Amino acid sequence: MEGKKMEREQLKEAILKRIDKNAKLTAKELSLMLGCEEEEVATAVAEMEADSVICGYPTLIDWDKTNRERVTALIEVKVTPQRGQGFDRIAERIYKFDEVESVYLMSGGFDLTVIIDGKSMREVANFVSGKLAPMEAILSTATHFVLKKYKEHGITLVGEVEDERMLITP
Amino acid sequence: MKNPLSKTITQIEPSGIRKFFDIVSEMKDAISLGVGEPDFETPWHIREEGIYSLEKGKTHYTSNAGLKELKEEICSYLKRRFCLDYTPAKEVLVTVGGSEAIDIALRAMLDPGDEVLVPQPSYVSYVPCVMLAGGKPVIIELKEEDDFKLTKQEVLAAITEKTKVLIMPFPNNPTGSIMTREELAEIVKVVQEKDLFVISDEIYSELTYGSRHVSIAEFPGMKERTIVINGFSKSYAMTGWRLGYAVGPEEIIEHMVKIHQFAIMCAPTTSQYAAVEALRNGDGDLEMMHDAYDGRRRFLVKSLREIGLPCFEPFGAFYVFPCIRKTGMTSEQFANELLAQEKLAVVPGTAFGSCGEGFLRISYAYSIENLKIALERIERFVKNYTK
Repeated sequence: MEGKKMEREQLKEAILKRIDKNAKLTAKELSLMLGCEEEEVATAVAEMEADSVICGYPTLIDWDKTNRERVTALIEVKVTPQRGQGFDRIAERIYKFDEVESVYLMSGGFDLTVIIDGKSMREVANFVSGKLAPMEAILSTATHFVLKKYKEHGITLVGEVEDERMLITP
Repeated sequence: MKNPLSKTITQIEPSGIRKFFDIVSEMKDAISLGVGEPDFETPWHIREEGIYSLEKGKTHYTSNAGLKELKEEICSYLKRRFCLDYTPAKEVLVTVGGSEAIDIALRAMLDPGDEVLVPQPSYVSYVPCVMLAGGKPVIIELKEEDDFKLTKQEVLAAITEKTKVLIMPFPNNPTGSIMTREELAEIVKVVQEKDLFVISDEIYSELTYGSRHVSIAEFPGMKERTIVINGFSKSYAMTGWRLGYAVGPEEIIEHMVKIHQFAIMCAPTTSQYAAVEALRNGDGDLEMMHDAYDGRRRFLVKSLREIGLPCFEPFGAFYVFPCIRKTGMTSEQFANELLAQEKLAVVPGTAFGSCGEGFLRISYAYSIENLKIALERIERFVKNYTK
């Protein structure tokens, strides 16, 4: 029983390792790669979805290569933690906004990193000055706009990757 | 005018791979599963160390046998990963790829007429290097029913009083076959009984699946009669850096150093500094690449079997070696037709010895996405020929 559980955990870890960089792999493909049954993969994935280990399957898009304008900003936020609730309550009040892409609690010189995706600099500015900065617990904000994305989620966004190898080698 | 060429060199055939390469390179938009090198780039921290060494002006010769710190790292690596004991000062020689090590090991060990046992299918350079060293290659044809492993009986049957060296090409290119500890133990007995030497080409030692690679030099009494060849090309994706090494008993290495000294001087300095970093901080890279290859290997073997091409499970290197006899074609016909009709290049098994007839070498040093596209093409092709 204990061994079975262990095997299941190892399978889950192996699946996560592979879909971390490529969510398009099907259960069939994963089963071939991991040397197990397709059904085992499907069950493991379903369990991880139910347990919120897998929280979604977003697509990594380089918006700079499309016609759509998009601005990303990273905001350093200093806050006053609240008694009994620490930073969680203020973090929740921030991450519930649709504009907010990510929120992290940080160690070091400030408390929260808030990443915003907006259509324009004005939209981001309005959000910071109108919604974020006025919140009671917020002491200060420092907004940094992203000028160029080089790499995201371990994937390089700039430059073409070409296979430089000769077609046939011994 | 006298003939400018030596008799030996005119007897050596150009590599079968070369012939096929010429055909492939003329074909536009062909995709290939014919490459014998990793698809990964050298991990950045290793490249960065090479660059840093250039910035610091490390642009001179090193000592003939290699940088002291590299030889030390090689010994510590071999101890850590394969339980092999060598001393950096006298028993290690850093070479220009594993290829140079094969060449000079044979040149250091052979007298004219000495016979060298070469199991095939195997890497293309053993036979020519034996001939260039004045030796006589004696081919042992490995069999599919043995999963292309070398057996005691095959070695015994090929031995004559002139036999001096046995080449051990495992994990094997092109078959992907490996030798387990038990299987090696049988070979060790023959080698010791018949007083042979071994050149063990272990360049794929980091790429075994399901079990760790076992070196024949690890067996009691074998270190003194074995030259182990290894390098950075396959394990750390460093093919273009041209860096390998040989370890073995001082009395052989000492003379290999002489050949290396006169022919090469020393292995590339930049590569040697990069290799120190690879051995010191690269264990994570080994694991990452190994896992990726292992997933592709399983994927490819099962998919080929589903397509209807029988394929023994290879536990080493990054090749599968499916049998294509049921299509009625020879290996070369199959490879040529597959290229012409589906624009997909694979290498005929015969490029690695005539006993590779009926097989293909398919490399999985490619992304899963590329493998999927290639498999679709193979499937369509095989269906057309087995109706």
